[in-house]
Amino acid sequence: MSRGSIRTLMLGDAQAARVVPPSGFTAQLTLFVSGAMAFLAVFALALSLSAGRLADRWAEELARSATLRINAPADQRAAQTAAALKILTQTPGIAHARALTAEQQTALLTPWFGADLDLDDLPVPQLIEVIEADPGYDAAGLRLRLAAEVPGAVLDDHTRWRRPLVEAAQSLRRLGWFAIALIGGATAAMITLAANAALSANAQVIEVLRLIGARDRYIAQAFVRRFTLRALIGATVGVAFGLGGVMALPEASQEGGFLTGLGFQGLSWLLPLLIPLLGALVAFVATWSAAHRTLKELT
Amino acid sequence: MGLGRAAKESISNAVNFLPDRCNYPGSKAQVTNRIHTEYIKAGHVIELENVGYSYGGGELLSDVSVQLIPGSFHFLTGPSGSGKSTLLKLCYGALTPTTGRVRAFEADMRDLDRDQMAMLRRRIGVVHQDCRFLDHLPLADNIALPLTVSGPDASQEGSDLKELMQWVGLSERAHALPPELSGGERQRAALARAVIMSPDVILADEPTGNVDWEMSQRLLQLLVELNRMGKTILIASHDLALIRAAKSQVPVRVLRISDRRLQLAGADL
Repeated sequence: MSRGSIRTLMLGDAQAARVVPPSGFTAQLTLFVSGAMAFLAVFALALSLSAGRLADRWAEELARSATLRINAPADQRAAQTAAALKILTQTPGIAHARALTAEQQTALLTPWFGADLDLDDLPVPQLIEVIEADPGYDAAGLRLRLAAEVPGAVLDDHTRWRRPLVEAAQSLRRLGWFAIALIGGATAAMITLAANAALSANAQVIEVLRLIGARDRYIAQAFVRRFTLRALIGATVGVAFGLGGVMALPEASQEGGFLTGLGFQGLSWLLPLLIPLLGALVAFVATWSAAHRTLKELT
Repeated sequence: MGLGRAAKESISNAVNFLPDRCNYPGSKAQVTNRIHTEYIKAGHVIELENVGYSYGGGELLSDVSVQLIPGSFHFLTGPSGSGKSTLLKLCYGALTPTTGRVRAFEADMRDLDRDQMAMLRRRIGVVHQDCRFLDHLPLADNIALPLTVSGPDASQEGSDLKELMQWVGLSERAHALPPELSGGERQRAALARAVIMSPDVILADEPTGNVDWEMSQRLLQLLVELNRMGKTILIASHDLALIRAAKSQVPVRVLRISDRRLQLAGADL
């Protein structure tokens, strides 16, 4: 498709548009489908972007910290803790390491055991928080050294439970994009059906135009322009409603978790504005190919 | 009566084709005859060579050969269902022959791509039996449709439309929709649409089929005038009175389809 014909399409050829009679249900169908699909695409986009942000945040926050547990008899705990801290300070790639105080450990357990917890009654290990530098440390090497010098130390770099969480968030993000692709495909299929219906309904018009010397491009243009503009209008309305719906969602909060964070942030609010343009592009391609396929069947 | 700029150019071209038009005194018919003779040297407008056409297992036309000389006037006769409309459709590429070949303006239609076929059809004006208009457009827009689809360059000749509608007597009906027109008005409008691009050849399928005698004579008169302007005319019709009326005004060649083959009709016509 040449730049000239795209320009003609965008600027419009009122005469070309007029040769096709105003169609009935295909016009409403295209408007409705484009609007509904654009509405859904806004939510799919919001889901995908939110899941992406969550995956990035979890991956970043958890990757930078690790926990060292000292499971030692009470009389050896202080010595092993001191030895472990010494090893940690000597290990390249560790920015900071500190042993949690009894109060801090109690605060961590309070949500599960209540406020009147006495740590002396429970065999709670000593916890050491480790903050990773950039680049990070060699976890395997550190484990070997700890095993040799601090027998009660267990290094937990959160990999075990961090990976599934990040993978889940990333899957959710992929699912969002897949949903957008499906919406695009469904839109293309529906508009192709509508265009085919319009082309069939206007078979006699097309025949007359061919017989008086109209080129395929001229005939196709009349249909393509009509369906592209309808898709653009329908999708714009759908996006407006979709954005309204996203804005009506509760704002992100610590208590609400992931669901309250569903939406757009910053410049990502501009991304839904691309949906009407993409919808129009999908309609353009779908109608153009449907028209050319139909016209080639005519002599 | 005028035909507008495009048609006038065509007439001018036809007359200019003569070696020296000052040497061609006499009636329009005599001049036309001489134009025919000179055009023969330039080739045929449309030529069917051993054309056969089959449809649904049956052979409609067999071994048809005919050449339309520029500026000639042909009638195509034959009983209903003999293949007159089929032959016309073969002439403007709406049908593809099963055997043989059709040439238009020196080009084999089999070699033309879709755009080239569209361009070729702009040189052939067709009057369909059922006229075939776009019912949602006013009559004036329907008649101007060939100009519209040909792009802005052709559309600039918009002043032709008014003259043309006057010529076919439809000035007052410019804003009427096709379903509101009578049979005669539709036929005249179809003829106007067929000639608005000033085509080299006009093919008409039973152009007087749905009109009374008076209107058929008026339509014939329009076609005769077009022929005198140098247009090649081929009319499919079984109206013998119409053929006789045409023969009294211009040199006419009558072809008859009989038993799937094309024959030159006898002198009884």
